[in-house]
Amino acid sequence: MAILETQGLTYVYSEGSPFQKTAVDHVDLKIDEGEMVGVMGHTGSGKSTLIQHFNGLLKPTLGKVLLDGEDIWADKKNIRDVRFKVGLVFQYPEYQIFEETVFKDIAFGPKNMGLDEAEIRKRVLETAHDIGLGEELLERSPFELSGGQKRRVAIAGVMAMNPKVLILDEPTAGLDPAGRDKILGHIKAYHKRRKNTILIVSHSMEDIAGFADKILVMNKAKLFCYDDTEKVFARAEEIADIGLDVPQITKVFIGLKKQGLDFGKDVYTMEYAKKLLLKKLAEKGGTKNC
Amino acid sequence: MSNIIEIKNLHFSYPAEEGSEPAEVLKGIDLTVKEGEFMAILGHNGSGKSTLAKHINGILVPTSGTVTVDGINTADEDKIFDLRRRAGMVFQNPDNQIVSSIVEEDVAFALENLGVPYEEMRRRVDEALKDVNMYDYRLHSPSQLSGGQKQRVAIAGIIAMKPKCIILDEPTAMLDPQGRREVMSVIKRMNREYGITIVLITHYMDEAAQCGRVVVMDKGRVILDDTPRAVFSQVEQVKKIGLDVPQVTELAYELKKAGYDISDDIITEEECINAIKKLFS
Amino acid sequence: MLRDITIGQYFPGNSLIHRLDPRFKIVITFIYIMMLFTGDHIVCLSVGAVFTAAAIILSQIPFKMFVKSVKPLMPFLILTAALNLLFISSGDVYFHWKFIKITSEGINVSVFMLIRITLLIMGSSLLTYTTSPITLTDAIERLLSPLKKLKVPVHELAMMMSIALRFIPTLIEETEKIMAAQKARGAEIDSGSFMTRAKNMVAILVPLFISAFRRADELATAMECRCYRGGEGRTRLRQLCSAPRDYAALAVTILFYGGAAALGIVLK
Repeated sequence: MAILETQGLTYVYSEGSPFQKTAVDHVDLKIDEGEMVGVMGHTGSGKSTLIQHFNGLLKPTLGKVLLDGEDIWADKKNIRDVRFKVGLVFQYPEYQIFEETVFKDIAFGPKNMGLDEAEIRKRVLETAHDIGLGEELLERSPFELSGGQKRRVAIAGVMAMNPKVLILDEPTAGLDPAGRDKILGHIKAYHKRRKNTILIVSHSMEDIAGFADKILVMNKAKLFCYDDTEKVFARAEEIADIGLDVPQITKVFIGLKKQGLDFGKDVYTMEYAKKLLLKKLAEKGGTKNC
Repeated sequence: MSNIIEIKNLHFSYPAEEGSEPAEVLKGIDLTVKEGEFMAILGHNGSGKSTLAKHINGILVPTSGTVTVDGINTADEDKIFDLRRRAGMVFQNPDNQIVSSIVEEDVAFALENLGVPYEEMRRRVDEALKDVNMYDYRLHSPSQLSGGQKQRVAIAGIIAMKPKCIILDEPTAMLDPQGRREVMSVIKRMNREYGITIVLITHYMDEAAQCGRVVVMDKGRVILDDTPRAVFSQVEQVKKIGLDVPQVTELAYELKKAGYDISDDIITEEECINAIKKLFS
Repeated sequence: MLRDITIGQYFPGNSLIHRLDPRFKIVITFIYIMMLFTGDHIVCLSVGAVFTAAAIILSQIPFKMFVKSVKPLMPFLILTAALNLLFISSGDVYFHWKFIKITSEGINVSVFMLIRITLLIMGSSLLTYTTSPITLTDAIERLLSPLKKLKVPVHELAMMMSIALRFIPTLIEETEKIMAAQKARGAEIDSGSFMTRAKNMVAILVPLFISAFRRADELATAMECRCYRGGEGRTRLRQLCSAPRDYAALAVTILFYGGAAALGIVLK
């Protein structure tokens, strides 16, 4: 069943002024519970505006956002609850850290939810563990930590609210490959344990290929596609045409196909490419040099 | 060609905080860069690559050892402005290096500081803006620009000084793919057309693959220093220190490991396509 | 919400007023203010109003922008006018109730006050609307440069001013981002009790300050890398040169002032 749904969602910035701009244009979308979704689109495609509708930070100009089948704007007073149910981690979230200890900063969200001390403590410990922050860090000042650790503290701050849907806007921006792999690894593990719905915005299709069940692509304020990962990658050429980066490995297989070697359209991970080529080479037999 | 940067046995430690040992960040770096070279320094966060970059134009000075740029010892305080004019620096965060609220005035900032006369300043500012394709935006405010555009303005501000060398400290880390492409293409053109020596600090292997030389740093030391082709073919070693290799290099490496006759120094898609085609022919 | 602030807003354009030398514009604005506050006859104010209207028309900026500039100060203006009206007790009495007296003098003073302040705000808005903040800073620096001899750090102050101006949009954007991020963690900023809101301001101000300091630090390094070493020996890309039109504008202003003053004396 769909946990998040949009119906004709439209958002217009600065309506009525000369700077008027439609950032999201009639988007209809159904995201099922428990899915891991990669969100793509270049800067200005409307993806950031779209995700800020999911937790009610922005109110649609037209159309509806449904959470668990209910219009989130049906009663304005409930909008804060929506924010607890749909956790949103912004880009460079480490810049929102403000408490004196890691523990207190992670506890900020749960505290705003009005939970009791024991429950808050339990949640902080759980999420710190989920995101790979050792217990010895919890009483330290978050400002003494490394960049990657700070980012994980900030992500934990949202995870600790136990949202049904967790949305992360470019959680790996600016990190080095090791930092990136670590954060994506922890998010994947968290998803596996909690089985909640996760949306990750990323510019890197190579990263998305590694975790997403489904991919949502925004282009020029419209929904370009929302489908299973392999089906979206099968349209890699179209996606490259709208100016997004397709994994190098996919480009190689597109190139091979153009030259008459067609191995199918859905090659987008290293692992699969390797297996596929080894299998095909074995079928062909011949020039192994050892 | 002569050496523009000479680094000899460079050690550097940040001053110790109370009660702790000073942590040595750079542990004996020897490196020379020739005039006109296009070099990338790759390394994960904390490998010392940014600290090394800050030595090249005298923001930091060695604890021991020497850094010489175009014949100037970076520890020589009397020549610090001479040094900085020759070795310009571009930083990661485009917002935090733009001083003025008008693009062209920001580009002029260094020239104003150096006391360049008006007519020449006007000419150099316009040229620099054209070089980075930002001339049409010269009267805009930086807050109206995209990240890639801001970074190009920052580069123009350096080019206007007519430096011999530009050090870029992760200039694309905060940009989207479009911005990254714009910045890379400007940097490459500056190197090609004006022969400006480029030192590009990055952790994106696809950017390093476009350079003439790649230096890989780990734990305050240089561990690899060669052409991108030779560096990336060391798949195991590069991955071990937490960096990526291009997917095509990795694929070729895996096929070779499985016993197929494929070259292990593939770094472009085209090379990879041709090599796979050969395997199936 | 934060973007509605109009202080120091600039409307680029190429009108006569836009093209005037900013140094002259500042001097003219000063003369204009003197004109408003020295004449105490209604005719003097009328001359001021005509002068303002002419300048606004020449600037080609829509009149509603000037209305907008006065609007936020309206409650304050009306309050002052009302106090003057109710508590000035000299002149003919028109209305009397307990300690409140409405007199001819009271009406006079409050109406004068209202017109003066409105004209003052409109006139100075015209200065900021037609002059970019950075040019304005520059002009102030040059007008004040004789003070350097008295060891007043004019260049440094102007540099600080212009950096502040440069970072206002950046920090506004940053504040909005942090607010959204804390709202996403359930912080109540535009609702809730005063105490919770005050407490939640901490969650916005702390990250904002930390970020501002980090920016300042990085900017200082970047400035050093571009050979910044104070005002000594600096040249400028922006050349301020006065043209005949600047002197003409100044002359016109002085004529208006003189005319208003003369009328004031004659009609007394």
